[in-house]
Amino acid sequence: MNNLLLIAYLDLKESIRANWFMVYAVVFGGLIALFFIAGITESQVMGFSGLSRLLLMYIQVTIVILPIFILITTVRSISGDRDSHILEYMLSFPISLKQYYWGKVLGRFVTVFLPVFMAMLMGILYGVVKGASVPWGIFFLYTGLLLSMSLAFLGIAFFISSIVKSSEMALGIAFFVWIVLLAFIDIALISLMLQNRMSEGLIITIALLNPMEIFRVAAISLFDPELTVMGPVAFYILDLFSQGVFVLLCILYPIVVGMVFATMGYRVFCKKDLV
Amino acid sequence: MIEIENLSKTFGTTVSLDQVSLTFHQGDAIALMGANGAGKTTLIRLILGYYHPSGGRVRVGGYDPIVERVKILKQISFVPQLPPPIKLSLGELMAYVCKSSGVDAALIEHYAHEMKLHIALNRNKSFFKLSGGMKQKLLIAISLAKRSRIMIFDEPTANLDPKARDDFYRLLNESETQKLSLFVTHRIEEVEAIVNRKIYMDLGKVVSDEIY
Ligand SMILES: Nc1ncnc2c1ncn2[C@@H]1O[C@H](COP(=O)(O)OP(=O)(O)O)[C@@H](O)[C@H]1O
Ligand SMILES: [Mg+2]
Repeated sequence: MNNLLLIAYLDLKESIRANWFMVYAVVFGGLIALFFIAGITESQVMGFSGLSRLLLMYIQVTIVILPIFILITTVRSISGDRDSHILEYMLSFPISLKQYYWGKVLGRFVTVFLPVFMAMLMGILYGVVKGASVPWGIFFLYTGLLLSMSLAFLGIAFFISSIVKSSEMALGIAFFVWIVLLAFIDIALISLMLQNRMSEGLIITIALLNPMEIFRVAAISLFDPELTVMGPVAFYILDLFSQGVFVLLCILYPIVVGMVFATMGYRVFCKKDLV
Repeated sequence: MIEIENLSKTFGTTVSLDQVSLTFHQGDAIALMGANGAGKTTLIRLILGYYHPSGGRVRVGGYDPIVERVKILKQISFVPQLPPPIKLSLGELMAYVCKSSGVDAALIEHYAHEMKLHIALNRNKSFFKLSGGMKQKLLIAISLAKRSRIMIFDEPTANLDPKARDDFYRLLNESETQKLSLFVTHRIEEVEAIVNRKIYMDLGKVVSDEIY
């Protein structure tokens, strides 16, 4: 086995045994179970029914909680190992920093992506058993969104993990980043908009540079191709892109963001003292 | 084999290593001594390529330990002062070592057995759940099984009972290949018989270097 895969594999095994992983898997699996218990698949509301509704609710909750889960669990992966001197020992073997770092990224990616994906799959399978028709388009879009969301926040988390000195600090920064992306940017932009100082186009562009925002928009775009719930903002978006291109962008852009941050994290990891 | 020239390392305003120059040769068995905070661990971390020097340079077998980290680490066995709380099981940790460094698992088990650590009983146990002494024994077994030309031990016997300590020194003496060994220690009487060089450090400087 190549060293990168070895590290990914061992990180995966270690994560799966960890308490945080239990909580993580139970939360997302539980979410789906809850939706079924609540009878969401049975009801027929607003034109779309059954599994589509379940998927929409799932992705909307996931957009809020997945980032913070990924951030707080991943941000300590390198910084935590540094604090506890694990890094000092593990890096005394002939493994290149590239293999070590990207092996950790790969291992973590599998760890965070699989539970959210499996929970969704579980929902679909259960729906099929109950005789619902599967909204494949939405399923594939959401698989893409979950993948790109996982990568975006994983990259940001690894970047934080390699720039900070201690894992306490990493945790603090992770919360801060989450809150900023979740709410602060929007609040700031709304107040700017109210003051009428900036063009709306610019404000919308800034808002959509935030991966969390773009996921929200993408999640509803299949149900509401005209993006009517977004009001006038929709004009700006659909003026610029066709719906298909926009959806593709919603998936690709966060992946690029994640990879850029992960790469910067790698640079820092190599340049700084390791322990 | 290891050349250290005017090596310095500062952290903020703390000077941990101050213009140290030393050369270690194959066959050297060195006791590295000095009060806490003298800079011993800092020196070791620079040799292993963990720190970027603030001044001067280190070469291990002619290589820069940061640029050629894989090359130099193939030749080095390292046992840290305190075994870290690694969450992998013993089996997984051994797989990591064996696959990354081409070590024979049976050899690790052999040395562990010699040190009275029975791996078969603990293979699925997490490393951090072993007792301090057991962890140290496994790390020592790994360092011996790696059959490196350079052995670096940061207080290797701190957690060991007297019997295990004797086993450790006996196993070290057994190997017939010419090695370079570096022991950080506070108990000179323990290593007196096996070292041929004693280096004392204080405040980041080498204050004495005696070769026998
Ligand atoms: N990562 C670090 N950051 C800040 N100061 C450090 C760091 N590592 C070591 N030092 C300082 O450098 C000095 C030498 O430390 P060290 O090499 O660990 O000593 P020794 O191993 O001889 O006890 C100490 O004053 C210590 O506080
Ligand atoms: Mg020390």
